[in-house]
Amino acid sequence: MTFLSFAWTWLTSRQQWHGADGIPIRLLQHLGYSGLALLVAGLIALPLGVAIGHTGRGAFAIVSLANIWRAIPTLGLLIMMVVYLGFSPLTWLIPLVALAIPPILVNAYEGVLGVDPDLIDAASGMGMTGWQVLRRVEIPVAMPLIMLGLRTAAIFIVATATIAAEIGTGGLGRYIIDGLASNEYGQVAGGAALVVLLALLVQVVFVGLRRLVVPAGLRRAART
Amino acid sequence: MLTTPSLRRLAAAGLALAAGLTLAACSSSSTSSNPLGGGPASKGSVVIGSANFPENELLAEIYALALQAKGVKVTDKFNIGAREVYYPEIAKGAITIIPEYNGALLTTSVDTTSTAASTSQVDAALDAKLPSTLEILNPSSAQDKDSVTVTQAFAKAHHLTSIAQLKPLAKTMSIGGPPEFKTRTDGLIGLAKNYGLHFKAFVPLDESGPITLAALQDGKVQAADVFTTTPQIITDHLVALADPKFNFAAQNVVPLVYKKGVNSLIINTLNAISAKLTTAGLLAMDKAVILDHASYSTVATGWLKSEGLPY
Repeated sequence: MTFLSFAWTWLTSRQQWHGADGIPIRLLQHLGYSGLALLVAGLIALPLGVAIGHTGRGAFAIVSLANIWRAIPTLGLLIMMVVYLGFSPLTWLIPLVALAIPPILVNAYEGVLGVDPDLIDAASGMGMTGWQVLRRVEIPVAMPLIMLGLRTAAIFIVATATIAAEIGTGGLGRYIIDGLASNEYGQVAGGAALVVLLALLVQVVFVGLRRLVVPAGLRRAART
Repeated sequence: MLTTPSLRRLAAAGLALAAGLTLAACSSSSTSSNPLGGGPASKGSVVIGSANFPENELLAEIYALALQAKGVKVTDKFNIGAREVYYPEIAKGAITIIPEYNGALLTTSVDTTSTAASTSQVDAALDAKLPSTLEILNPSSAQDKDSVTVTQAFAKAHHLTSIAQLKPLAKTMSIGGPPEFKTRTDGLIGLAKNYGLHFKAFVPLDESGPITLAALQDGKVQAADVFTTTPQIITDHLVALADPKFNFAAQNVVPLVYKKGVNSLIINTLNAISAKLTTAGLLAMDKAVILDHASYSTVATGWLKSEGLPY
């Protein structure tokens, strides 16, 4: 239990909660990096995943690519970005977005693809256009999987945004990397504990979001 | 029956022969320890080791080529590992010679609490504290140590050659280095104490690696902790500023030797190398080996030749 006692001692010492190196600032920075990365990844991967699921076009190629894409080592990509791009925000944003795209894309695709064809037939039979079918039937029905993809991506990002500290940015990774460099293990354990807590918090937030965006009928169906 | 005089003659011949053999045995043991070793053995034989990074292996190659040219029998044991691994080996004589860095040798293996900083202080501390089986020979002027490094353009614009000249600029500059640079006594703390420098910001980067080099090129930092023999100092047009107050402890390249394994020929040959070895020369050789992928022996031979040393 040394990890927990190290983390606890560090987290409860008052000086950690003040100033530019303090936990509140680092936490906000971490949420900022993570939120921006999730937003950009969502804007790219959601429309693409839904479009592929709806039309069925290019599905094999795109989904295979997304799965191969998962093998890209995020830290390696980060160092490569530093060398080629220098220190713009894109340097840490691109690796995090690249990390988040596959789960969002694949889940959105699978969700839309898996919509019962009878439902689509019925909707078309009622005179809905293709666009209306997508918006009113396919996306709402696919919502549980779409949310699962976003939640997975969000947790990936929150946990991995720590490596942005390798290139001199802030965020919770600072504690882990600085602590390791100077053998201050309380800081390492405390920083790691904060990342875990944040990931759990993200999980809780997504459970709440799911209640908001998944239609009530589907929620009931999912429970049985 | 043999006559008495012939017996006597025989006895006398036998005695003479025995005496002669004894003399021969004496003389042979005094000139060569190994009668089967052939000619060169009389000039000594050594085992040269090296740590497991390119620069150290290159230095070992230089020592090896020069000693071989002098007729010393050399056995290579390069690329052994870190100091923790090879130091016990040389202390007990399994290795005879290893290229070392005086400051790092002192603080990692000999006296971890030492605060000696200048070349002469470090060498004096080593002379006093090394185990009796070991000694360091003459240090070269070549150093592989931490430095405050800036771009050539920045140095030119502000007429910089030394860390001391940063005083009026520091408060407008960001400095980068490995994360621990912030709290190390020879990091920000030492720069403030020794030179009165208080930088605008510290940016945590890596240990003289790609992130640090990119940050200097990019202008993310105006100065950074870069090792003085990092080959990109040449290709990225950087300048390692002089450190006249030894904020960073001396790291002169110096041969560490097992005393009983070396003779005056070996010592003189190694000292002649150290006399010619400079940081600039070592940097250029590191670049050839690390960035241009030249072989150790090609680079070592080329340097020995250009310095007029045996190879």
